Amino acid sequence: MIVELGHFMLILALVASLYQSVFPMWGAVNGDTRLMRTAAPVAHIIFAFVLLSFVALTYAYLTSDFSVLNVAENSHSDKPLIYKISGVWGNHEGSILLWVLILALFGSLVAGFSGKLPQNLKAATLGAQGWVSFAFLLFVILASNPFLRLANPPVQGRDLNPMLQDVGLAIHPPLLYVGYVGFSIVFSFAIAALIIGRIDAAWARWVRPWVLISWIFLTLGIAMGSYWAYYELGWGGWWFWDPVENASFMPWLTGSALLHSALVMEKRDALKVWTIFLAIVTFSLSLLGTFLVRSGVLTSVHAFAVDPSRGLFILAILMVFIVGSFVLFAMRAPALKQGGLFAPISREGALVLNNLFLTTATAAVFFGTLYPLLLEAATGEKISVGEPFFNLTFGPIMVPVLLLMPIGQLLTWKRSDLKGVTQRLSLVFALACVAAALLLWAEGGRQVFALIGFALAFWTILGSFWELVERVAPRKVGFARAWHRLIGLPKTVWSTALGHLGIGVTALGVLCVSQFESEKVLVMHPGETTSFQEYQLTYEGFEDLAGPNYQERVTSYSLSKDGEFVRKMHPSKRVYVASGRPMTETDIATFGFSQVYLAVGDPVGQSGLVTRIYHKPLILLIWIGCLIMSAGGTIALFDRRLRVAAPLSAKAHRKVANNTGDQQSAQS
Amino acid sequence: MNSIQTALKAGLRALAFFLALGIGLGGPAWAVEPDEVLADPALEARARELSKEIRCVVCQNQSIDDSNAGLAKDLRLLVRERLQAGDSDEEVIDFLVDRYGQFVLLKPRFSSQTLLLWIGGPLVLLIGGGAIYMSYRRKKGMPPKQDEELTSDERKELEELFRDE
Repeated sequence: MIVELGHFMLILALVASLYQSVFPMWGAVNGDTRLMRTAAPVAHIIFAFVLLSFVALTYAYLTSDFSVLNVAENSHSDKPLIYKISGVWGNHEGSILLWVLILALFGSLVAGFSGKLPQNLKAATLGAQGWVSFAFLLFVILASNPFLRLANPPVQGRDLNPMLQDVGLAIHPPLLYVGYVGFSIVFSFAIAALIIGRIDAAWARWVRPWVLISWIFLTLGIAMGSYWAYYELGWGGWWFWDPVENASFMPWLTGSALLHSALVMEKRDALKVWTIFLAIVTFSLSLLGTFLVRSGVLTSVHAFAVDPSRGLFILAILMVFIVGSFVLFAMRAPALKQGGLFAPISREGALVLNNLFLTTATAAVFFGTLYPLLLEAATGEKISVGEPFFNLTFGPIMVPVLLLMPIGQLLTWKRSDLKGVTQRLSLVFALACVAAALLLWAEGGRQVFALIGFALAFWTILGSFWELVERVAPRKVGFARAWHRLIGLPKTVWSTALGHLGIGVTALGVLCVSQFESEKVLVMHPGETTSFQEYQLTYEGFEDLAGPNYQERVTSYSLSKDGEFVRKMHPSKRVYVASGRPMTETDIATFGFSQVYLAVGDPVGQSGLVTRIYHKPLILLIWIGCLIMSAGGTIALFDRRLRVAAPLSAKAHRKVANNTGDQQSAQS
Repeated sequence: MNSIQTALKAGLRALAFFLALGIGLGGPAWAVEPDEVLADPALEARARELSKEIRCVVCQNQSIDDSNAGLAKDLRLLVRERLQAGDSDEEVIDFLVDRYGQFVLLKPRFSSQTLLLWIGGPLVLLIGGGAIYMSYRRKKGMPPKQDEELTSDERKELEELFRDE
């Protein structure tokens, strides 16, 4: 019954989103206030319906209702509770439902938190969001319905892929989807602006919080996915340039560009056409990512034949939105008035260059991801594009990006002095070179390439805070006053510094791991000790244990560093009972920012065991950098002037938040 | 007790074996096995570098260096065999392309078919850079606009919109 109600709620949501697609937009174009006013309540209603439907599916998973096809195919009654919940989106239908849920959530958030947004912009934005909602709800109901029943329900389900039975599944997809789908609202804002014909600095200011939220979540989602792959897959890789990863990386790149161009638009009323273009491109790439991942086109182009309705349906959605929005853009963009002028050497100029390089980087990833698919579709010729290609095409573009970041931070708006800025940064340059040489010496390397790379990363790291140092000037004013100045700095200075610091930290981690990681693969027998760099590892034996839904062989190793005992390590191999699939569980010992990564393979002979030891110097910096970037984004979000409900005081802001919360819970 | 353990172990091993047979590719990845490693460290290092550029043709975008699939192992052994026979890196690659086609290379060769793939990124950089340069040139030619900033009306409207309280 509850499952049928969930199904019914989806249909109600579809009807509500059809209303949302037509009437508020009609009102916005024709100035009909009554129609425009319905946009916000309907947005809440759509969210409530989709939420109830999602709850119904979760209920089916919690109660292991195997009469539901989706549950029978992807769940098992022995599965631990957390995986029953996260299993809801660990499959095609459920994950698309999560996608739609977040889409509706963003509509509802814009409806609730956009205080003084002009009524027509708000109505048109929610109307455009309604188009997206309608398209995807139609897709869920017609081609990807998670509520289908089975005539003859099986006694037991087929279980979730063991690879996905990890806390990562509970966190990674929701984070990533909030990022992915969050850009839909930015897209809707852009469409609304084009339709209404109002694009100015205020528009940029309204949109930026939504860009920030999406970007922060996308950053965290990608980082989380990368760390998950790192510890779960068992050979220590953390980024594979896999098309699925690229699909999330491309919107991140253009989203980062958008973040910067919206800043120029807001401060200087320039780059308007370009910002609108980026907003459309970013969400188009999100849609493309959804298509690539969800249509099955990636496994093989022939996956269309396996399930033509799904792939073609998403492709149709993709085409309609991308072509439609670009046609609208082409029609309306020439009419946009260009704003503030600036000299090439200025902060705007630097941000334009940043956008150029980020766009080029996106193009490199785009061609690398799609070219093999297109070539095969066109000529039948199969080629592969993998890591070596991306290292060669994407890598070099990052060099000017890193190089320019500290410089751009110090340039002033409108017109600036490059020579003066580079002089001010000479200390940073010197320190970066020294730090790079020290790190190279510590890692025992001699490669010139590594030295240059490290210097570049340290240049970004140290340079990111140079603006703060200069503004605070502790040497001139003394530390007490410097402290006050530091606290009083505008939040945007802090957020820029942290954002750029994060990039530098991640770059340092990437360079260090790729240059100096090492591995040792050997067969070990109980009691045997092997040494590996400054570490010694002794294999002690194993034990067979039973987990909740798997059999596990837990090994025991003892890890020492320079002869001193550090800790026991217990990498294991599992076989999941229901599916019979094997899995490895790695064990990772952390030393500062570096890690020793241990995984076991198959038994050899009577007592031997294939053992893999990896040393990953400074690898944690990769993800710590992402956390720092997100922290920078979060600070920007709390900038008073940018706050979503900026016109309201903090108190009124809370009140609005509470009211919206009440409304939503009342609807649920 | 011991015999039970041995039996259990044997059973598990058999189970794992059959599972591995049945699943083939789905399982965790296992890259280079200890028995494959060449005695000559220089040759082994070359083999590893080459392996990173060669695709395990039955896997999802994995190099044979990363993959545990049976075919990846065969290819790794093949690469080492060729290297031991005295082939240069290029000869090994040519040998593999002859057998498996371009698909085996993770970094496609530059050819008329892959032209756009290789120049796509640089092309965007050139076009974008050119467009930016042109727009600066054009703006430079224009008489300086009087109001680079927002007009006072617009500014007022903006303040109105973002006024606290």
